[in-house]
Amino acid sequence: MTLRTFGFSEFGFLLSALQWTILLTVIALSGGGFIGFIIALARTSTRKAVRVAAATYIQIIQGIPVLMILFLSYYGLSLAGFQMPPLVAAGISMTIYASGYLAEIWRGSIQAVAKQQWEASESLAMTRAQQYRYVILPQALRIALPSTVGFAVQVVKNTSITSIIGFVELARAGQLINNATFQPFRVFLAVAALYFVVCYPLSQLSRLLERRLHAGSAY
Amino acid sequence: MPEVLIDNVHKSFGAVEVLKGVSLSVNRGDVFALIGRSGSGKSTLLRCINGLEKINSGRIEVAGHAVGRDPKELRKLRTDVGIVFQSYNLFPHLTVGENIMLAPRIVKLVSKAEAKTTAEEVLGMVGLSEKFDAYPDQLSGGQQQRVAIARSLAMRPKVMLFDEVTSALDPELTEEVLNVLETLARNGMTMLLVTHEMGFARRVATTTIFMHHGKIWEEGPSVELFGRPKTPELQQFIKSDVK
Repeated sequence: MTLRTFGFSEFGFLLSALQWTILLTVIALSGGGFIGFIIALARTSTRKAVRVAAATYIQIIQGIPVLMILFLSYYGLSLAGFQMPPLVAAGISMTIYASGYLAEIWRGSIQAVAKQQWEASESLAMTRAQQYRYVILPQALRIALPSTVGFAVQVVKNTSITSIIGFVELARAGQLINNATFQPFRVFLAVAALYFVVCYPLSQLSRLLERRLHAGSAY
Repeated sequence: MPEVLIDNVHKSFGAVEVLKGVSLSVNRGDVFALIGRSGSGKSTLLRCINGLEKINSGRIEVAGHAVGRDPKELRKLRTDVGIVFQSYNLFPHLTVGENIMLAPRIVKLVSKAEAKTTAEEVLGMVGLSEKFDAYPDQLSGGQQQRVAIARSLAMRPKVMLFDEVTSALDPELTEEVLNVLETLARNGMTMLLVTHEMGFARRVATTTIFMHHGKIWEEGPSVELFGRPKTPELQQFIKSDVK
């Protein structure tokens, strides 16, 4: 048996795996964003029971490694009779993981809006839903944007953990090629470079948003 | 039937009782000034009138609405009662025009055209017609406060509450805000204002209330109350203000 070398077709394989990394990131951020948004609203509810339930959810998700969520949804659920493809298990796990962190980021952003904004809008006879929709969330969004984009960078990198259940995203693709070529420096430098190409612009965007937010701050 | 009726109201924050049985009645077109040291309970009393603070006992009725805890009833009351705060509290992400039109549009469900006409009208009343498309952070403190007044007026309230609205402003800007208040008063708006501007209270308020230790200590027509203060506490308070 002869070893393959790391060439164009191998790099092409990494590129196609990168698409799965990006897809998984998009799933995690949109699914996690949806759930996280609801949890963030629950976290700022006027009802104590709802607040406590949301806080508990956040604490649990943040308190366990993503890997455990991944094992639970892949091995645990398959034992319980739900056999699912790695992409689904990976998607679910990353969604749950992202929801716990996005909920906390957004909770902080909602609470960062000045208390007087609640009072002023309440005094104008708005319902609580109207207060959120027209007054609080537009301001919270501006506050949340830099840290949300910053968190997206973490998600991109953390999708690599799904390689453990055999999901062929970028990190897993790197492993496979390294097994065939045994050129770890070339292979993993290429993998690292691809992660960097995705993450660096996001980091820059996050910093730009942060500067813009501070520049135009009346509040 | 008075426009604002406050009957034996008690209010505590934790163990501290800040209102100890306050009663007063304000008729339509009256202008009441609430004066007193900080911590005397005057701001709290004002905030109880539109339900921002919940009272522990007693009764408050404004423009025919009882102030209670039911959110729906409170919203009805708040369409009739405007409040302006010390810190303006304009919505920073909206233009002046949007700030003013928002509540009429979404709460009173008036048409866009009507909301715009009203906004232009109330903005004219506070002398800021040309600022319709400006953002709050492009305005001075005095201008922001006048926009806040206009925003309340756009709801066509029957009663207006002013909570130390000039305390964050320097004397010149204070003057422009007080002028707006005086015009409102002269046009017959029912008003309650917590203020440190004694000269203004004396000149514009029909009645002045001196609050002390959570009670109405002295109450009367402004000219009389400032001219012949009866209690030593009020005499002391007025004297310290002159300095």
